[in-house]
Order: sequence, then structure tokens, then C-alpha cells
Amino acid sequence: MKKTYVSMELNGEPVEFLAEPSQTLLECLRDTLHLTGTKEGCGDGNCGSCCVMLDGTLVTSCLVLGVEAEGRTVKTVEGMATGAKLHPLQKAFIDHAALQCGICTPGFLVAAKALLDQEPDPSEERIRLWLANNLCRCTGYDKIVRAVQAAAKEIREEKQAQ
Amino acid sequence: MKPFDYVAPTTLDEAVHALAGNPAARVLAGGTDLLAQLKGGRRETPLVVDVKRIPDLLSIRMEEGGLRLGAAVPCIRIATNPDVRAQYPALAEVASLIGGTAIQGRASIGGNLCNAAPSADAVPLLIVLSAVARVAGPAGIREIAVEDFCVAPGKNALGEGEFLVDLFLPKPAAGFKAHYLRFIPRNEMDIAVVGVGVSATVTDGQITTARLALASVAPTPLFVREVTEALVGKAPSAEAIAGAAALAEAAAKPISDMRAPAEYRRHLCGVLSRRALTAVLQ
Repeated sequence: MKKTYVSMELNGEPVEFLAEPSQTLLECLRDTLHLTGTKEGCGDGNCGSCCVMLDGTLVTSCLVLGVEAEGRTVKTVEGMATGAKLHPLQKAFIDHAALQCGICTPGFLVAAKALLDQEPDPSEERIRLWLANNLCRCTGYDKIVRAVQAAAKEIREEKQAQ
Repeated sequence: MKPFDYVAPTTLDEAVHALAGNPAARVLAGGTDLLAQLKGGRRETPLVVDVKRIPDLLSIRMEEGGLRLGAAVPCIRIATNPDVRAQYPALAEVASLIGGTAIQGRASIGGNLCNAAPSADAVPLLIVLSAVARVAGPAGIREIAVEDFCVAPGKNALGEGEFLVDLFLPKPAAGFKAHYLRFIPRNEMDIAVVGVGVSATVTDGQITTARLALASVAPTPLFVREVTEALVGKAPSAEAIAGAAALAEAAAKPISDMRAPAEYRRHLCGVLSRRALTAVLQ
């Protein structure tokens, strides 16, 4: 099948690539653009490990076509850290041991950031419900929730200090 | 996925043209049903027509007489839209019930309707909100009442080359309330064992409108017209509600499957109908 030219903004930088219409955004990110932070879990929208931000909205990139990203803005886990400085969520996940095998982690990080960007102080119930679209088979979730709570607190304190 | 062509028209006419003469072409809105079906090999298509570049399909606007909801507006925008939350709170609620957070970023109420699943959470509510679907196709624009839109499991009333443009929801009258209740075995992200949508208007102590529709208990979402006849003209009371709930239970045609036996579903129809009616009539 003939490839289509796609240009989009990826983690703040313009990128161009060729995609077959039947390639998912996830495949384009990993196989064409070589950003392998975004993981494929179930491949049908249930597990959330492929979560990215598309025009500021949290989506599962396995259920988005690469060609749909034409002219759009995409943010992946690779865009979270500032240089060598980890995002507070990334640091909190390490500090709270909120991962074991790590396959689900990029999806959790992107999804949790989407929540904290709009709700700086979510309740535990809100965090659990928001992250219900992300599956983890290692941690039992509790450490993930604690990490998100800790990161939220740190981000709020950073903002107050400014 | 098997290879297909892709077009993203920017006007209704372009979309009609793209779909014309190609009955196997599929319309792409949020993709949470279509792309999952294509990936799973449950469906094939030579052409995907992405309708999300057409402004009409992505707009939410208040018009005189009601709300016009673009067919491809994702649930997250519906759930957070101030007009929807103020005037159609039950719609905002149901938009936050379908799938998880990331699915709501893509899945649309229009797609939920077109997918025509008997279990579609949004459809009973759309029926009780008296929503009207506006459809474009080779013969122009036509309207279909939402209760007539789903015709069989996975089959809708769209003709060849037709697609859903938007849904029109009449402005709620004073005293109007709507509510959707579903039973699922866990707290979120599950398919309804039974879903019940109800609406009613109470004016001067008398019920002036009442509608009830069921999900997951028939081949299509089921509009129970007998409930309207039974309630309109009465005063809200526990007896009236119990009578209407019994009618809903009697109208259900459930099957037994992995989610629940038929008798259990029928029982739930009565229980949920009573609770939902109580919520709008109390």
C-alpha cells in the first residue's frame, strides 16, 4: 500500500515520516521514529501501556492511525524529563518502587501526568479511577498510587515556592 | 491490520463522495470499535474515511431548541463541556462511564450509537432524551429518531453511503430530569449486564413526560413505550413507579450469556428501573 506523508509535532519538535494508512501511531512512534518508550501491551485499547497525549488529550496510541496525526501534536514519555532532570512523577515512581517489569510504566506516567496537569490535588479515589485504564500485573497498584500522590505533592510545593 | 486506503475529507460533501459506490468503506470517528475490529481481523475494509476533519462532526453547540452534538466528539469533551454539564447532566455522566480515561479521549457518543451494540451505555439515555440523529448520504440529509437507529446487534439504520453527522437533543423543559443506571460486576470499565435510561417531567405534581429504555436485554437498545403510557398523567408515587418498573421487566427479552443468566437480567430490569425512576420522580 502506498505510504502517506505525515508531519506532526512530537515532544515539542517538528517531525516528518511516511506511514502506511494501516499503521498505528504506536507502530509509527516505535518502528519508524524509533521512540520505543511507548510500549505495546494488549494492542486493543484495554491496557493503557501505549498511552500518549494527542493534541493534549490522553489516548491509547494502538487505536490511533499514524496518518491521523497529520498536523497534530503528540507527546510521549520521552518528552517528560527536562534534559537529565526527571519529571517529579518519574522520580516518584523510582523512589516508591512503583514498577517491576516496567512495561506498563510509560503509560502510567503519561496518564498520571495528564491527570496532574489538570487536577493538581486529586483524591486517592480519583487517581485510582483515572488510572483504571492502565493495567499493571506486577505492583498491585498501591505503590503506583502512592507515587502519584507523592509527585502531586511535590509539584504543588514546587509551584508554591515559585 | 490488512492494508487499506485512508481519506480525511473536510466537508460533508467530500465525505459523501468518498463513501459513494464503496459499500465496504468504513467511517472512522474515535476508532475504539473500528480499529479494534480491524486489528482483531473481525472486519476488513478497502477504505477508511476519517470524518474528524469535518467541523460539523466535532462541534458541540447550543442551538435554539436544543443541543447539537457532533457525531465524532470524544466522550471527554462531552463530559467536561459546561453547557452539557449544566443542561444535560445525565449525558455528561454517561460520557464518563464509557471505557476508561484514554478511551474517552477518542470514543464518541455517535460511534457508540453507530456501533449498535445491545449493551451501548449511551443509547438508552439518548432515547429517553428524545435525541434525533442527522444523517448525510447520497440522497442528502435525513433524520432518524434514535430509538429507530439500531436495528439488530451491530446493525444500524444507515443506508449505503450514509453516515451520522450529529445528534440533536431537545432542550429540557422545566421539571425535566434524566438518569442512566447500569449494573456491572466491578466499579468501572465494564459492559453493562443491564442498563436503564429514564427521563420524566413533573409539572405541578403531575407527570407530563416519561420515557424508559433498556440496554443489554434485547437484540437492540429497547425503548419501552408502555412506560410512557403508564406514567403520563399520574402523580409521582411509589405505586406508579412500581407499575412502570414491572412493565420494563415484562418488556425485556434477555438472553443468558457469560455475563448473566436471562432470569437475573430480567430481575435487574425491574430493580434498576425502579431505582432510576425514583431518582427522576422523587
